[in-house]
Amino acid sequence: MMNALDPHAVLDKAVEATPAPLARRIRGLSDRAIAWLFIAPTIALLLAINIFPLLWTIRLSFTNFRANRPNATVAGVGIDNYVSVLTDPDVWAAMQATAHFLFWTILLQTMLGFTLAYLIDRRFRGHGFWTTVILIPMMLSPAVVGNFWAFLYQPQIGLFNYVVSFFSGIPPSSFEMIGSVKLAPWSIIIVDTWMWTPYVMLICLAGLRSIPNYIYEAAEVDRASRWRQFWSITLPMALPFIMLAVLFRGIENFKMFDMVNLLTSGGPGSTTELASITLKREAFEKWRTGYSSAFAIVLFVTVFGLANIYVKALNRVKNR
Amino acid sequence: MTSHAHSVVQPSPLSQRIAGVIVVLYAVITMVPLAWIFLTGFKSGPDSIAYPPKVLFTPSAEGYCNLFTTRSRQSPEYIAQLPPTSGICDAFARTSNMVVVGASNFVPRFVNSLIIAFGSTALSVVLGVTAAYAFSRFKVPAKDDLLFFILSTRMMPPIAVAIPIYLMYRDVGLSDTRLGMILLYTAVNVSLAVWLLKGFIDEIPREYEEAALVDGYTRLQAFLKVVLPQATTGIVATAIFCLIFAWNEYAFAVLLTSGEAQTAPPFIPIIIGEGGQDWPAVAAGSTLFLLPILVFTVLLRKHLLRGITFGALRK
Repeated sequence: MMNALDPHAVLDKAVEATPAPLARRIRGLSDRAIAWLFIAPTIALLLAINIFPLLWTIRLSFTNFRANRPNATVAGVGIDNYVSVLTDPDVWAAMQATAHFLFWTILLQTMLGFTLAYLIDRRFRGHGFWTTVILIPMMLSPAVVGNFWAFLYQPQIGLFNYVVSFFSGIPPSSFEMIGSVKLAPWSIIIVDTWMWTPYVMLICLAGLRSIPNYIYEAAEVDRASRWRQFWSITLPMALPFIMLAVLFRGIENFKMFDMVNLLTSGGPGSTTELASITLKREAFEKWRTGYSSAFAIVLFVTVFGLANIYVKALNRVKNR
Repeated sequence: MTSHAHSVVQPSPLSQRIAGVIVVLYAVITMVPLAWIFLTGFKSGPDSIAYPPKVLFTPSAEGYCNLFTTRSRQSPEYIAQLPPTSGICDAFARTSNMVVVGASNFVPRFVNSLIIAFGSTALSVVLGVTAAYAFSRFKVPAKDDLLFFILSTRMMPPIAVAIPIYLMYRDVGLSDTRLGMILLYTAVNVSLAVWLLKGFIDEIPREYEEAALVDGYTRLQAFLKVVLPQATTGIVATAIFCLIFAWNEYAFAVLLTSGEAQTAPPFIPIIIGEGGQDWPAVAAGSTLFLLPILVFTVLLRKHLLRGITFGALRK
């Protein structure tokens, strides 16, 4: 190691002989400089493109600004926008539609996703290949998917109605998935579940694979039945992962815009008008920028608050 | 894994077979809509809207022709005096009294998608891996708060910030530019990248770098030559997620771009034929648009499973 010809050893000696400030310059940047250099660009970008617009949105939410009339005088209106958002029946209708969508998509995706993960974890022959096949829908563009499902849902010519009528005997043109008030909320739930069950499945699979085998072996020694093992080992140990999947899907679906916008664009009437779609209408069709900014802040605070409470619960489950 | 016939962790052959059948059945059912997109791309207009839906049909290039070209209606007399057709798409157009007048916007939109998606993915990974390294190895003041701040930027609905971003971009000359979209998608993706990569870098033993530092490497050299190669899996997983988001993003693209920098997702749904959407062309565009991400996923599928838990539950 102390070979005199070893360049590193020579370098080390040279470094030892050099005064400290100079040595730091020779050895490269100090750790503190590197930490700064490595973090600053990310923080700068987030400040410029995430935080600055957010602050701007907050400022606009207290004004009557309209983005389509940039030359009109802007006046402060205090909390008027917030008052009208919170008393607007359309907003509450949108919140209800969002809650319905969130509840059913999360329920269906969690049940289907966990079941699939559990079955794939039986490691049957070819499970790797079929897992990859199942993942495909979540890789696709929600906008392209929403647009194409509008074609599948066509009452007369669409494949969906045809398949349903083939198996149930109901005439295919007797029901409209995206045209009827009753079925439209389910049309978006079906597409979202089709698309995102694989995501929940992947997270559950990661959870199931994280359970060490020796726990099952110990349970077997104790003669615990398979049923018992599932309820007292598999499910509790996979629970943090299931909860994580629910969190991610919850945040994403609360913001849901692209797929629904192209599938139903909120219709018929406003039956599938989720919060983000109402927001887009207010901001980019009615151009009520101040009002829509207030609504955006209300939405952001809601997600942020709910996510915070949920993460606390998740940490409690994780540390149990 | 040591498993023999009666191993407790090895599922019985019967349960394996049942599990296999159910999973394959599910996979086949979820593939039906995709298969339908693929098939519709090769149908003629009337076949695509036939009742009952046609599974067997004569393949037609009409969808792909309509996707790549723009056409205009002309009188039969005008078409009759034209020189012979120059290509298959021209021939198609003439059968319905149309003339190909030029290329459609599909190719420029697709190229925009490629540049913006790969550009922002590269930038997100570079920013993400450096920030993640700093968070993982150095004492950063208010580290947990900064990390949560980075994550929380993902909870904002895109529509909520679209207007300020639009106004801001207009002032600095970034509106409807590729650079503007690359920066925007990077800002959305970098939070995910930092969190994912921090999880991976935390797992690389510090001893490797310390040995390199003792050997006379600078901190920067140790990062480049020791840490980065060890983090390859994490970097690939992160890149996949960033790419999927940037490739598929719609809300910002439709609100902030109109021509120059518009990507494919806002373009494909507005391919209109005569009397409504031109479904074969829409299907053709969708198929071509889904293809790159599909290839990418199949090639890199092994990294997906590790990436998806977001590094949040690593032990």
